[in-house]
Amino acid sequence: MSRLAVARTVAAVLAFAASVAFILVAPHWDKVGDIKGAQMGTYFIAIVGLNIVTGYTGQISLAQGAFMAVGGYTTAFLVTHGVRDLWTIPVAALVAGVFGFLLGIPALRLSGLYLALVTFGLAVAMPDLLAWDKLSSLTSGGQSIQLFGSKHLLGQGFNDVTVFGHTTSFNRAVYYLTWTLALVLFALAWLLLRGAPGRAFRAVRDSEVAAASSGVNIAAYKTVAFAIGAAYAGVAGSLLVIAVAFADPQSFPAKLSLTILVGAVIAGLGSMWGVLLGAAFVQFLPVASVHISKAQGVPDAIYGAALILIVLLLPTGIAGALKRAAAPLTTRLYTRS
Amino acid sequence: MTEFLQQVVAGLASGSIYALLALGIVIIYRSTGVVNFAQGEMATFTTFIAWTLVDHGVGYWGAFGLTILIAFVGGIALERIAVRPVEGKPVINGVILTIGLFILLGGLSNWIWKAEVRSFPPSRPFPTSAWDLGGVAVSKQDAGILAVTLVLMALLWGLFRYTKLGLALRASALNPVASRLVGIRVGWMLGLGWGLAAAIGAVAGLFTAAANPPLDPNMMRPVLIYAFAAAVVGGLESPVGAVVGGLVIGVVLNLISTYDTHLHLDLDRVRLPVALALILIVLLARPTGLFGKQVVRRV
Amino acid sequence: MAPLLELEDVHARYGPVEALHGVSLSVGEGEVVAVLGGNGAGKTTTLRAVSGLVTTSGQVRFGGENITRAAPERVARAGIAHVPEGRGIFGELSVHENLRLGAYLQRGGFAQSYERVCGYFPWLERRRAQQAGTLSGGEQQMLAIARALMSQPRLLMLDEPSLGLAPIVVREIFGILGDLNEKEGLAVLVVEQNAKLALRSSSRAYVLEVGRVALEGPSTELAEDESVRNSYLGY
Repeated sequence: MSRLAVARTVAAVLAFAASVAFILVAPHWDKVGDIKGAQMGTYFIAIVGLNIVTGYTGQISLAQGAFMAVGGYTTAFLVTHGVRDLWTIPVAALVAGVFGFLLGIPALRLSGLYLALVTFGLAVAMPDLLAWDKLSSLTSGGQSIQLFGSKHLLGQGFNDVTVFGHTTSFNRAVYYLTWTLALVLFALAWLLLRGAPGRAFRAVRDSEVAAASSGVNIAAYKTVAFAIGAAYAGVAGSLLVIAVAFADPQSFPAKLSLTILVGAVIAGLGSMWGVLLGAAFVQFLPVASVHISKAQGVPDAIYGAALILIVLLLPTGIAGALKRAAAPLTTRLYTRS
Repeated sequence: MTEFLQQVVAGLASGSIYALLALGIVIIYRSTGVVNFAQGEMATFTTFIAWTLVDHGVGYWGAFGLTILIAFVGGIALERIAVRPVEGKPVINGVILTIGLFILLGGLSNWIWKAEVRSFPPSRPFPTSAWDLGGVAVSKQDAGILAVTLVLMALLWGLFRYTKLGLALRASALNPVASRLVGIRVGWMLGLGWGLAAAIGAVAGLFTAAANPPLDPNMMRPVLIYAFAAAVVGGLESPVGAVVGGLVIGVVLNLISTYDTHLHLDLDRVRLPVALALILIVLLARPTGLFGKQVVRRV
Repeated sequence: MAPLLELEDVHARYGPVEALHGVSLSVGEGEVVAVLGGNGAGKTTTLRAVSGLVTTSGQVRFGGENITRAAPERVARAGIAHVPEGRGIFGELSVHENLRLGAYLQRGGFAQSYERVCGYFPWLERRRAQQAGTLSGGEQQMLAIARALMSQPRLLMLDEPSLGLAPIVVREIFGILGDLNEKEGLAVLVVEQNAKLALRSSSRAYVLEVGRVALEGPSTELAEDESVRNSYLGY
């Protein structure tokens, strides 16, 4: 292996180890806590999924929140019908994945901004769709689906949970569940993306014409990318519903899709290096803004201004900034090997 | 039948507002290649400015005109300062920038004006009474909104088609480099595009406030979605498409509300998903919108 | 008499890559000057440097005025009309609108410019409403030149006017350029890959190689010099 490849692998392992250490420590830190930490974990998973669709395959999707809703409601429906919550997670992923694939088909015909606007429309329409009377057998209409107290839910939603002989609070258990899944899914994505599928995705993103000429089945990769991205969102939505023990149309507003997209862009599209920081940004900046001023509207103004500044100053996100910062080092490694 | 006609007219009026906002979106897209997610919030912000002017004693129509001017200048400033850096960059940068702007303006509106209940003086801009045209009750407000919109469209059409400035604006959007080579100050033209869009948005905001009192900071949220729908369905590059799209969506949505009880589909609650379905159907048939240019790529 | 256009030790770069490494050339009043060289020699970059479309250092003077790093709009206003590679016409607009744009900087006198330009390209009047993108390659090139002329320039810069055109069309175009130069004293700086044609139509020529001036001199001399023809011009 070249020196550069060795350096990159070492850096990746170190970053991973540091992240795991952080995750183990975080809940004990007052400012983070189990609940916010778990929510950050769900954002993390959704961002990884979106990165596959938008960052690596180049299809701008503003519907990630809508797919989270699909996953979340799948879990809610199944739990109320007697399925153990943990088993609903893969089902939620599957259902969301199928919906993602279905969206991916018309998406083939739409380019860039048209796709962005259609997916945005989906995100905006989803709460209304979930509240629609005609679907109430599945979604219970405008009423929220209560899972609190259900025996199929970890700790019935509030009690202590015993896992492998250790007893922890419900929130802590959810936190560890979320982050374990997050790390596993991250590793899976990383493996997928550094192999041939990843190269194919990037080929589709960079030049469809060149990719097609090289024998890449554009339609297949684009729809599968959507499916995978949606499946990840499904897991995230499922975990969200489990964590709060209810599902409600207002849990998945358009703003959620925007949040995930912002997280992915801040992290740096097309690269996995910045995802943790991206998730942290969208989780904690609104919280921090409230600390600066509780006056109505100011936290939003700060958040919006921060977004604008980041786009102007760090257009390639955190991952891009990291690459630029590491450039002097990597060029030395590259040229000397 | 009279009910139908009444609803069509009402639909045209609400559609006019969608059309105005959609037109702003198209102008910005054509000139700077950015889809402005903040178009609605810009309109809300300027409408609040108008209210403040009226509150301080400026007459309604004076405030109307002044607000349009302020919006115009604000739009130019916005383009020169914040949007210029993302032009020519990947599409996603513009998306995040305007989303940031959307959130920023929403927050600012909330902070400056808080959530008090406020209204414009009654019968402004148009009286709320109605004419009786052969049994059909036509609201003067609806007619006024429609009329002003059509006049604005005509003026813009004239500007773009027949004036030197309009030609320069179109050229700058089509081929910035060639435009510079003939001496056009393309930078200012792009700013002008945003200025025009902001001014048009201001009008849309003022009309929305008139049609749905009291003044509400969230008033443009649904309008924005329908405006996007209109712009997309008409074709992001087509001003005519945006206007036609807006009017059609306004009428269709209104008719759905009216006749929904007969259909038993409870569609009124799902107006947004219906709009989305409409967009999808049109785009599947014509991926660049009804009036959009067909892009043919030969491999 | 000072030359109309003067480039002195001009360096130009695209981002971090330098494409011109100190080019010096001049065009006198009423002169036709050719810039020759192979692909990547820097010919297009030279014109772009004059127009302010690339990052430039050194000195570019026009009519005695320093226009180094001036914005393209400013350069156009100074009296230089640049017909870029690919013609730079507005395909979605009509022939007439393209010409109106050519006259953008003129305050009055559109009619006069239009008449003059139609004198050289009579078919423009007939096809005024046609969409420019639907014209043939040769017609588009002529439209581009016509548009450039609408601004009554003192210097016309052309980037590879013969590219992609049939020989008979190319001859017609160069014939018109010759007329413009003789009858109106219009100075022309033409970048060409078709060296033979360019040398026949110009009085002086520069040969660029890898971003530098490798050769310069009267066109007739360069054309007749065998070794020059073989090593630099490929015929």
